[in-house]
Amino acid sequence: MTAALESRNLAVRYGHFSAVGGVDLAIAPGARHALIGPNGAGKTTLVHALTGNVAATAGSVHLDGEDITHLAQPARVRKGLARTFQINQLFRSQTVLENVLLAVFERQRATRAFWRSATGDRRAIAEAREHIALVNLASLADQPVHRLAYGQQRMVEIAIALATRPRVLILDEPAAGVPTTESAVIFERLEALPREMTLIFVEHDMNLVFRFAERITVLVAGKVLTEGTPAEISADERVREVYLGRRGHHAA
Amino acid sequence: MINTASVLLDGVSYGMLLFLFSIGLSITLGLMRFVNLAHGAFAMIGGYVTVSLVNLLGVPFLLTLPAAFAVSGVVGFVLERVVIHRVYREPELQQVLFSIGLAFAASALATIVFGPQQQPIALPSWLAQRISLLGVPVGASRVFLIGVAAVAAVLLVLLFNRTLFGARIRAAVDNRRAAEGIGVRVGRLFAVTFALGAAMAGLGGALAVDSLGLDPTMPFKYLIPVLMVVVIGGPGSIPGSLVASLVLGVVDTMFKYAVPDVGPFVVYALLVGMLLAFPRGLAAIRA
Amino acid sequence: MKARTATRFAPVLLLAAIASYVLFPDYLALITQIMILAIFALSYDLLQGHTGIVSLGHAAFFGLGAYSVAILSRFGVTEPVLGLFAAGAVSAVVALVLSPIVARGNDLTRLLITLGIGSLLYEAANRARAWTGGADGLSDFALSPLLGVFEFDFLGRTAFFYSFAVLALVYACLLRITTSPFGLALAGIRENTTRMRAIGAPTARHIAVSYMLSGAIAGLGGAVLAQTSHFVSLDMLGFDRSAEVMMVATLGGTGTLHGVVIGAAGFGYVKDALSTLSPKYWHLALGIVLMASVLLMKGGIAGALARLAAWRKR
Repeated sequence: MTAALESRNLAVRYGHFSAVGGVDLAIAPGARHALIGPNGAGKTTLVHALTGNVAATAGSVHLDGEDITHLAQPARVRKGLARTFQINQLFRSQTVLENVLLAVFERQRATRAFWRSATGDRRAIAEAREHIALVNLASLADQPVHRLAYGQQRMVEIAIALATRPRVLILDEPAAGVPTTESAVIFERLEALPREMTLIFVEHDMNLVFRFAERITVLVAGKVLTEGTPAEISADERVREVYLGRRGHHAA
Repeated sequence: MINTASVLLDGVSYGMLLFLFSIGLSITLGLMRFVNLAHGAFAMIGGYVTVSLVNLLGVPFLLTLPAAFAVSGVVGFVLERVVIHRVYREPELQQVLFSIGLAFAASALATIVFGPQQQPIALPSWLAQRISLLGVPVGASRVFLIGVAAVAAVLLVLLFNRTLFGARIRAAVDNRRAAEGIGVRVGRLFAVTFALGAAMAGLGGALAVDSLGLDPTMPFKYLIPVLMVVVIGGPGSIPGSLVASLVLGVVDTMFKYAVPDVGPFVVYALLVGMLLAFPRGLAAIRA
Repeated sequence: MKARTATRFAPVLLLAAIASYVLFPDYLALITQIMILAIFALSYDLLQGHTGIVSLGHAAFFGLGAYSVAILSRFGVTEPVLGLFAAGAVSAVVALVLSPIVARGNDLTRLLITLGIGSLLYEAANRARAWTGGADGLSDFALSPLLGVFEFDFLGRTAFFYSFAVLALVYACLLRITTSPFGLALAGIRENTTRMRAIGAPTARHIAVSYMLSGAIAGLGGAVLAQTSHFVSLDMLGFDRSAEVMMVATLGGTGTLHGVVIGAAGFGYVKDALSTLSPKYWHLALGIVLMASVLLMKGGIAGALARLAAWRKR
């Protein structure tokens, strides 16, 4: 079966520093796949390289078998590869509805039109409201984003990504900076997404990872240490060493 | 042949002036991410200091150069501490507007104090004469200008690469937060750096009075070549700025001399060609 | 929010124009100048206020529109409305040709390139004396009566109504553009380009279209100035005019249509009053006010009005 998203020997180097050093990934369609690893393992850089935010130094990226290595990010998005950011990237002075509506318009290529009213497009607005409802923000749709609580802003990130109708969605620490009680809510919302949508997420909270992921890739120093089911990963000595080793280091 | 050599010398001297005009802007852009379109005002200050001292007080030209350097630097330091440091946090658009306002105010002040006309300057006889350089007769003032600017450039490079001050600046350019973490007082460092850049421009302005002239439009007059130097050389890079200045100065002078009709457009053609080929500037390719 | 205020402001603008015609019949020429300044400032604000990109040479398109009117009249295009739209088209085409280099660069290179475009056109107009009259300008171009009926009278009545009609048209068009899906995308570019790329937006294309539309409208403004003053000169292309329009938009409140028009009115009036007294002090005051507006008065006049309205609601 063709992988939904695949990387072959993907590498990102900055001068002499190798942030991502030859990563092979194959994510099955419909997967719930976690990327974990200690700080500085290159998780975010790997995400950047997969989505086209940074150019790969070597290797290739394939979406449903199609080589997308040389496509810029907008082109990858239009092919169905969307992402969220670890640090919110929102249109802060616009309302929640406008944030999501713009993503709907861009997907439909309706933003070429400067001669008709945005608020007159009832179908696009209805769709945007659906995405907003899916992340439990329906009552706040007309609020400017900067007035929302941080956890709610994280939800807007997800709603915008959903509005691009992705086949593969990469979430870079969707619950970063959010209290533990709220982070579970965010992941429950993600669980409610259609099964055919492939989800890849970077996450630090091991409880959440073992609860929601079906497969896990462990990244250390820019390379894949191992990959497996949650049970396999939790039983893996090397993984334990990486994390315990760090903890021991912290204690010292 | 003789002509080519003297045009080349003119080009190099123009390039050295561009270097002095632009190096402060380049460093403040690299260090503080501050787009200072008013940087040319410091060159203007230096020019007026020299002109006033020579014409009104009869101070020898040579002595006015350190004065121009110092006065521009002090004005730069005070401005940075009083207002400009508040603008660093603003978005780029606000910085542009602020610095245009500053340039306008400076230009208007110069008009009020000195009038709108070109300022004449009488160079001492040892600079006004023509000397023979390797058998080629050239203006002594050009040779002097190149010499002074070269010394200033070398001193600047030494300051950046060989002193603790330079190390601090380079650390702050690379990673401001880390630099603060190891005890660099970034605020004061910025002020001193800004003043140094202003002083270099002031020296350039003083040296430029003879060859480029001086009037209240100075803050805007060389904005395009100066910005080109910064973009081509790469913000914050002293060697990059020096090379870009010299290339731009020589090419511009050569074409203005060889084909007077289209010469002024060559700079624009270069600009467009460069940006079509490298939309993010030449410096971006190296990175 | 802003768009709603701008819509509500439209009838106020209309009333203000009628009132000024009735109350200040001796100042029609000044009010006409102000309305032209407003057209130009509105065109510029599509870039700065709505798209979030700065142009340091926007007078290029204003001047291009003005020169187009004068030069086209030599080819028999003497009817003002025809000349107006022809001039707008010329500016639009030139802006479109230049837009790839404006759209592709980063913020720093964009400052340089827009500055370069302005200077290049100025220098070209200065040298093409046969077409532009060089430093002397042009005043010997023919204009037929507006729509074949209304002569531009020396009391300036026709000029007043004509300028007002163009301003109203531009205002309405910009109100529509900024509230369209395209307008939403421009706001997106202004607020966060990282996010724009992540939703698959063609940002360079959006910026290019914005630049073209903005150039076209600036061309309309220049055309109206050339027609109502029956004179074209190099200063219509100059850096001072480019800087002036930045100041008008900033002082009025960038990104707000009504703010920009109010800014133009205030600026135009004060400039007329002060610059005849002392142009030197006018420039000094301008510089200081611009600096102060960045540090103290965020959002310009429109921002201050919005804060006042919010304060009254409490």
